[in-house]
Order: sequence, then C-alpha cells, then structure tokens
Amino acid sequence: MKKICLTIVGLYLGLLTAFSQTTQKDTSTYKNRKLKLEEVNLVSSYYQQDGDHAAVTGGTGSQHLTNLSGSIDVKLSKRDNKNRKHSFIFDIGVDHYTSASTDKINPATISSASRNDTRIYPSLSWSVENENKGTTFGAGASYSREVDYFAHGASVNFAAKTKDRSGEFSINAQVYLDKVKLIRPIELRDGNPIPGDGDNNGYAPRNSYSTSLSYAQIINQRLQVMFLMDLVYQKGYLGLPFHRVYLTDNSVHIEHLPDRRFKMPLGFRANYFLGDKFIIRSFYRYYQDDWGLKAHTFDLETAIKLTPFFSVTPFYRFYTQQAIDYFAPYEAHTVADTYFTSNYDLSRFDSHFLGAGIKFTPPKGILGNPHFNMIEVRYGHYNRTNDLSSNVVSMNLRFK
Amino acid sequence: MKQKRSPRSFCALLLMAGCLFIGNSCKTVKEYQKSKLNDAEMSLSSRKVEKPELNFQSYREGASGANTGKLGGGCGCN
Repeated sequence: MKKICLTIVGLYLGLLTAFSQTTQKDTSTYKNRKLKLEEVNLVSSYYQQDGDHAAVTGGTGSQHLTNLSGSIDVKLSKRDNKNRKHSFIFDIGVDHYTSASTDKINPATISSASRNDTRIYPSLSWSVENENKGTTFGAGASYSREVDYFAHGASVNFAAKTKDRSGEFSINAQVYLDKVKLIRPIELRDGNPIPGDGDNNGYAPRNSYSTSLSYAQIINQRLQVMFLMDLVYQKGYLGLPFHRVYLTDNSVHIEHLPDRRFKMPLGFRANYFLGDKFIIRSFYRYYQDDWGLKAHTFDLETAIKLTPFFSVTPFYRFYTQQAIDYFAPYEAHTVADTYFTSNYDLSRFDSHFLGAGIKFTPPKGILGNPHFNMIEVRYGHYNRTNDLSSNVVSMNLRFK
Repeated sequence: MKQKRSPRSFCALLLMAGCLFIGNSCKTVKEYQKSKLNDAEMSLSSRKVEKPELNFQSYREGASGANTGKLGGGCGCN
C-alpha cells in the first residue's frame, strides 16, 4: 500500500521535473514529423463502500470495501509523409483494494486469498487519422491481472465523418479472453469440479465479444447529440466460485448462473451550451439482457464556468433495474432451481448518485508550470435502495 | 382491451422521434462557428476523471455499456 502511494507521488514529481524545461519554438518551415508528446494524464481515486448484503456470505454480511487506484496515460503523436496523424496511447493503472466480504471465503484464516489485492492493468492503443478524408482507424490491446482473475483484451475501431463534417459514425469491436481462478468457500472444497471447470484445472474461461456503434451529430452552434448501441455476448463461467447461496433447506451451494449472456444497451447523449457560462450534459441509457435484467439510467450534469479558467460541475444520476430471473435472497432459493444467485448487484433496486466537480485550467499553468495545465477533482455519493452506499473521490492532473 | 406498451416499442418510438428531430433541425455549422462546440466541456465522450465512477458502477449494477467505456475484462469480484 505504502509502495503504491510512494510510486504515485514519485510519478507526479517525475512529471513535474520532466515538464519543467521549456523548448525553443521552431520557426522554420520544416514540418516536424518526429514523435511528440501530446499529453500525460494522471488519474487517481479513492472509493469506499458499506452495505449488508455480501454475495460471499449468501446475501447477508458486511460489504465494506475500499479501493485506492492510480493510473497514468501518455499520448504521443506524429505525422507520416501523407500528413496523416498517428496517435499512440500507453496507459497503466493499479488498483489496491481491501474487502471485508472476500475475507469470508475462509473465515478461519487471518487473511484469505483476496482480503487485500492489487490489480494491474496496462493497455496500448494506436490510431491513424486522415483529416482530409475525415476517417480514423485504430487498434488496441489490454491486459489485467489480479489474484483470481486474468483478462486479455484486443480491439479495432473505425470512424468516418459525414461530408459536411457535422456527423460522425464509429464502430468499435472488442474481445476479452478472461480466466477466473476457481477459489471456493472453505466448506465447499470437496474436490468435485465446478460447472465450467470440466478439466478440474482450477481455472474457467470467460470470454466477452462486443461491438459498439455510435453516431454523433452537430445540431447547431450550441447543441450536439450522440446515439450509442452496444451488442455484447459473453460465454463461459459467468458466476463467481466464492459466492455462496443458501437454499430454503439451509444447505449451502456455489452460485450457479447460465454460461451465456447477451446484453444490449442503447444510449443517447445531448450536450447544450446555454448562454456563455452553462454547459448542460445529459445521458439516457436503456439496457436489456437475456437474463431478464432491464435497466434505465438518467444522468444530468451542468458545468458552470465561473471564470474562463475555473468551472464547477454539479451532477445527478438516477439508475433503476429489475432483478435477473435467477436472483433470490438468503434462504429463498429451492433445490428445484436450476440457476441461483444471492448477489444483490443483480437484484431489483434504484440508485442515486449525486456530487460535484471542480476544474481549474489557468492560462499560465498550475504552480507556474505552463505544462501542468489542468486539475480536475470530483466527489460523488452513491446510494442504493438495498442498503448499499458509497463515496468516491477522483482527481485528474493533465500535463501538456 | 388496452394493450400494454413494451419497453422495446417505447425505445423504437424514442429513436424515431430523435431521428425526426435531428433531420428537421440540423444546420451546417462552419469551422469558425464551432467555438462553443469545441469547448472541452462539450465533449460527447466520458472524461478521464469519470473513469473510476464508471468502473465502480459497472461492478455494482447489472447494466453497463453504451457510454464509450470498456465492455469486459476485470473481475469486479468484491
């Protein structure tokens, strides 16, 4: 934990030093095609939650959890001899969390497998933009590792602007090939394979294939909108092996869910510049999947420009979902049920997320450093109607 | 007998209404008229500072996606 904090502080100081030297302006007509540093973003956050329906203990028990995260992304760009712009983004993030419920996988031990865990997730992406044609093509790869979960991802994307440059269509295809380590609750380690672990090798696959389509359109000088649609198909072990389910006869089992899931979220965004000081951002999403979950999300935030360089952004988000067909609370499932879970993330609930952010972009830079050009801090309080609440504070520092 | 309207038909209606609205009200905006649209706060994609929020929401809620974020990978085990 201390190491992570020191690493993040070290990265901040390193960047401040790296940007503290100014370069001389190029006044010649020569077009620089060398790779140049466009921007560096540091994002860190602290998340803390409390609740009484932990899935590890069958829908009862503490959900206390804290998560400290830090990530850095570096964007580089260069022009090729056809004057197309190539962008490269390298991103690496680290999460460190503590979880009270995960400690109940084996309550007899002082600290079980993921009582404390660290997740590392690097990614790399490349894109090439042809400004004359209005097209962009890109590809990316990602990796994520934690004690009981490994993910490998790849993506390709393409975007094309309309002739008058007022609309843009984009398509993004992603694949994630994940592996779940089958850590069972201590009382259920009987040696029998878990469904999905036919080879009994201790791991089960979980693959996700998705396509995202979007269309953005400028309506007038103050309004732009975007339609979004994702098609997601998941296959493999989609439950978690340490989630307990207690049946009506008081017997305990491992959560069991179907091995396929098809999801379809549809989204709509509209941003409007009102007067000279207010920017209204709105978002609506309808979601449906073949496990019986339907959900609506409404999000509204207003950026208020108190000065050209300082803005305050209050926001509110409302979310409502129906339960999946396979959810029931503690000791409510029967032996006749084929699929069962007591994970309250998949139950019926509403949630409210309320907070505010501040953003500071002084023309001479922060702390007098012209390269350190933006700081944004945001806080939100989240409340779910099934007794879960959380707080999250996040910060973005940008160097250009 | 009164028929109940399904969420799917409601979404189709909303989409059609949106297309009609866009079709009728779009104006060609020239580059020099885009000063407000080019403001960083007007971006239609999620901002970097929102990433941790989108991350926890995708774990704590059954629905995810359609917000230009990632659609898989990562456990959300806790």
